[in-house]
Amino acid sequence: MAERIEVEGVSYEYQTDQRRVLAVRDASFTVEPSEFLCVLGPSGCGKTTIMNMLAGFLEPTAGEIRIGGRKQDGRLIDRGVVFQDFAQLFPWRTARRNVEFGLEVRGVPRAERRDAAMRFLKLVRLESFAESFPHQLSGGMQQRVAIARALAYNPGVLLMDEPFAALDAMTREEMQRQLADVWQQTRKTVVYITHNVTEAVYLADKVLVMAAHPGSVRAEIRLELPRPRDPLSDAFVEAQREILSHLGPHSSELEPERTPSPFATTRRPTGPAPQTKPEGGIP
Amino acid sequence: MTQRASRMRDRVAGVVAPAVLIVACALAWEAVARFGGFPPKLLPDLPTIAHAFVRLLESGTLAAATGATLARLGAGFALAAVVGVSVGVLMGRYLIVEDTLLPIVSFLYPIPGIAYAPLFVMWFGLGDLPSVLLVGVSASFTIIINAWKGVRAVRPIWLRSAHSMGADERTIFVKVILPASLPYVLTGLRLGLASAWRILVAVEMLMSVQQGLGWLIFGSQQFLNTDVMLATIAVIGAIGMLLEKQLFERVERYTLVRWGMMTA
Repeated sequence: MAERIEVEGVSYEYQTDQRRVLAVRDASFTVEPSEFLCVLGPSGCGKTTIMNMLAGFLEPTAGEIRIGGRKQDGRLIDRGVVFQDFAQLFPWRTARRNVEFGLEVRGVPRAERRDAAMRFLKLVRLESFAESFPHQLSGGMQQRVAIARALAYNPGVLLMDEPFAALDAMTREEMQRQLADVWQQTRKTVVYITHNVTEAVYLADKVLVMAAHPGSVRAEIRLELPRPRDPLSDAFVEAQREILSHLGPHSSELEPERTPSPFATTRRPTGPAPQTKPEGGIP
Repeated sequence: MTQRASRMRDRVAGVVAPAVLIVACALAWEAVARFGGFPPKLLPDLPTIAHAFVRLLESGTLAAATGATLARLGAGFALAAVVGVSVGVLMGRYLIVEDTLLPIVSFLYPIPGIAYAPLFVMWFGLGDLPSVLLVGVSASFTIIINAWKGVRAVRPIWLRSAHSMGADERTIFVKVILPASLPYVLTGLRLGLASAWRILVAVEMLMSVQQGLGWLIFGSQQFLNTDVMLATIAVIGAIGMLLEKQLFERVERYTLVRWGMMTA
């Protein structure tokens, strides 16, 4: 199962203490079923905001997003999400039980859940670590578990927010190879957020180049390179060059994204502080 | 190899060092008791205390007192745990509950439970009921505060992950918030049990209960039975240590340590 994603004239604006900020301005694009789209841009270009809107965590202030023809209004959950943060796995669950979570939510019986979890762990080559807890796995392994978890309940689209950005370069390359492999086996519609040009060219069918201030789509580039892709080939380098030309000279300027998290829990501190764990015994 | 050797050395040191300290303290006590010039009735030596312990044990007094105290402790602590965790978790989860209850909790939290003792006597009479209620009241606030903070300390990314997989409010509550807040909840329960112990011993004197370790200590005062007092105090310490080792550390090893949310 793979769904089409349609983004039509989507903007996202929010209010800070001093001013109104336009994080995304009038973005429109389509991702075909089973297509791999990379959203590429410097920090501050609103790519994470786009991802949050696709996932239903934020609602566009203008325009509309449709997944499989249905409007994403926050209630549509036909997507798997993989975050950049390794801590996304539940530390109190083994790798297998993490992967089972989405199936539990859907009321899938235990035995079936287990089979599915093992199948997807196998897909990311972690079947022998099924009973390990996240803290016993390396960062790359944890991200693979997160991918298996996002795929296990068979969503129509897979949304990935810089899932390998916090990994070292060698692990990252291996992860990209594996992801390309997983994608070819599952044929999901993928939206992959990145600020890494090589990664985009390695993975994507289509690259959406974003510009910052306000975040907007600058170019849409289709990549017709054969897979698996060879980063040393002329065509690969040529594609990178083309994308870089769209990014412009200021693309490396880094600015922190200021989009408020829909899950931010910053609230006023009140009341007595909790007591910390005593080192001694009781009483 | 060297690692194993050093671990062995750590383990030996972990047994030997406290043993040396305990023996040193015992010797010091013994020296002061025998040669310090204090009346033996006020500062009994260790054999006398040990003898008192054996006497209490043989007469069944100690068993009865321990049983009665543990029953009150268990009932009061269970009450505090159920109320404390429920209220704390709800406060952490729902802003409306927090806004409603926080001022009250903050107001009541610093009041020592023993301050209510005379009131409770007038309301509920003497005996077990007011004792259990007092223990429950004084233990619950630490548990509330910690459970509340524990829920608030749950990592947003876990909620987000669960949400992204379509989990509803109830599922998130049971399968994410409860396990994720366990480190704080356990700490709260530990501290709650400690305050339950502290108040119970005092309460047993004030409430004129029929049996109990606190009752044993305060009852001994009239007869200058310092050996009985000291033996009973030692028993209280030993029970507390046992609860910590056998209950909390076990639960902790099975959950937080295994999950990597806490180092052993």
